[in-house]
Amino acid sequence: MDALFLAEVMLAGIGSGALYALTGVAFVLIYKATRVVNLAIGEILMLGGYAFLGFAAGLGLPAIAALVLAVVTGGLLGWLVERSLIRPMLGESPISVFMVTIGLGSILVGLVQLGWGADPLRLPEFMPATPVFIGDAYLAPKVAVGFVAAAVVIAAFLALFRFSRSGVALKATAGDQGAAYSVGIDVPRVFSAAWILACATAAGAGVLVGAIGGISPTMGVFGLSVLVVVIIGGLDSIAGALVGGLLIGLVEALAGAFLGGEYKLVVTFTLLLLLLMVRPYGLFGTHEIERL
Amino acid sequence: MAAAALLDVNNVEVVYNRTVQVLRGLSLQVPQGQIVALLGSNGAGKSTLLKAVSNLLALEDGAVTAGSIRFEGRDVAADPPHGLVRRGLFHVMEGRRIFEDLTVEENLTAATFALAGRAGAAADFDMVYEYFPRLRERRRGLAGYLSGGEQQMLAIGRALVARPSLMLLDEPSLGLAPMLVEEIFAIIARINAEQKVSMLLVEQNAAVAFAVAHYGYILETGKVVIDGPVERLMRDQDVREFYLGLGGAGGERSYRDVKHYKRRKRWLS
Repeated sequence: MDALFLAEVMLAGIGSGALYALTGVAFVLIYKATRVVNLAIGEILMLGGYAFLGFAAGLGLPAIAALVLAVVTGGLLGWLVERSLIRPMLGESPISVFMVTIGLGSILVGLVQLGWGADPLRLPEFMPATPVFIGDAYLAPKVAVGFVAAAVVIAAFLALFRFSRSGVALKATAGDQGAAYSVGIDVPRVFSAAWILACATAAGAGVLVGAIGGISPTMGVFGLSVLVVVIIGGLDSIAGALVGGLLIGLVEALAGAFLGGEYKLVVTFTLLLLLLMVRPYGLFGTHEIERL
Repeated sequence: MAAAALLDVNNVEVVYNRTVQVLRGLSLQVPQGQIVALLGSNGAGKSTLLKAVSNLLALEDGAVTAGSIRFEGRDVAADPPHGLVRRGLFHVMEGRRIFEDLTVEENLTAATFALAGRAGAAADFDMVYEYFPRLRERRRGLAGYLSGGEQQMLAIGRALVARPSLMLLDEPSLGLAPMLVEEIFAIIARINAEQKVSMLLVEQNAAVAFAVAHYGYILETGKVVIDGPVERLMRDQDVREFYLGLGGAGGERSYRDVKHYKRRKRWLS
């Protein structure tokens, strides 16, 4: 019984950890290409949830179409934000750009409240309801679907950056903008692509998160937990976001089950503090190569 | 000089931060197929000129305020920096600027973006490895762990991948041992002869630059003070004394005899 309970808690933890990881990838994509920490990721995730609600419940579209449209909406938003707010700030200090993303987050919260009100809402049911058993352990079907979706997307990103020319362009731009220009890489396009991919990913994650826990204008705080994830994993590492997400999901679930829900954050942030003391650049973050 | 030069810089002025003028009416040409050396002391504006040509000035808050720079007859300001690279103008930047977190081969892959939109141009890493066999041995290693000389080879290798018609080389000898400098300049001369790549070569080391170049310009405080075919520059009294470190008689002089504070350069008067 005890072992089974532990297994179920851990499964649930890994399930929510996968969503952390997926959202973490959105942070990492933008940071990797542009050295900007985009604090509005949480709000873009929220907007993805509301967009799904709008397309599925408002326009009555089938769930799959609504999901695709929500992801596309996120991508469009990313493109728009990069073009109109971020690109004019090129060359400004990272802190200024950081502040712009905080402002953007507030604007998105305000817009959503204008459109849908401040109360939490439920997304229409679109996931299978048959319980999933792994061995004897029960796993909520929504969490299982979320896990699989997150795993597929993260695997796709990992493969893209490991094996494709686009990955080289992204890494080159991240390493040295001037040099990236000088070898013929279209740097503004790389920025644009990073924002589009990241915001589309965040919007997709918003649909998954919303399907499990419902949506509300304040669900953007999910982004703050994810910030912990990416700092632990290393801000510029997709693999780091994956490991960090699963780790935090697991730790939160275990802390919630054995210490009580109020200890979740305490445990997470203690872990963050300890880790930063040992590895300031995160588990998988790049530390610069020093040549002597 | 040939009538239609590959690169034609005409009376260019460059200002940084809207206040500091670095180039004051500089003109030079790079004819097809030649290596043109641009010499001058620190702060003369050599690197600035290269960045103006490759349109990378904006990244450093610099701007061309007067004059024109034409590459293959077209104003370079009309294209973004990556667009110029794709048209065949490759800038090997000062300090090598390789991507340290990428492997050697990924660095070369990054340069294949320069081939975008060019019909029939395939990336040829083997050619790079033929010129620089040492890069082949280390192609899976991170570029940040290469030695300084190998990094310079990689920087030039990246340029080769892009199949440029004009290479801008900014101090390839920077920080390298004399043996390596000779090796790299021999390869530069080979690339010029075999791949028909024209070059604009910025150097502090006048002796090695003259060994490979056909024509030379000497730059002081943002202006060309003397130019000519390399053979003529090598015979010029002032060039010999101030840039090649040779006395009037031709032998090497001792530092004890240096009295240039007493003798003005003739072109200043």
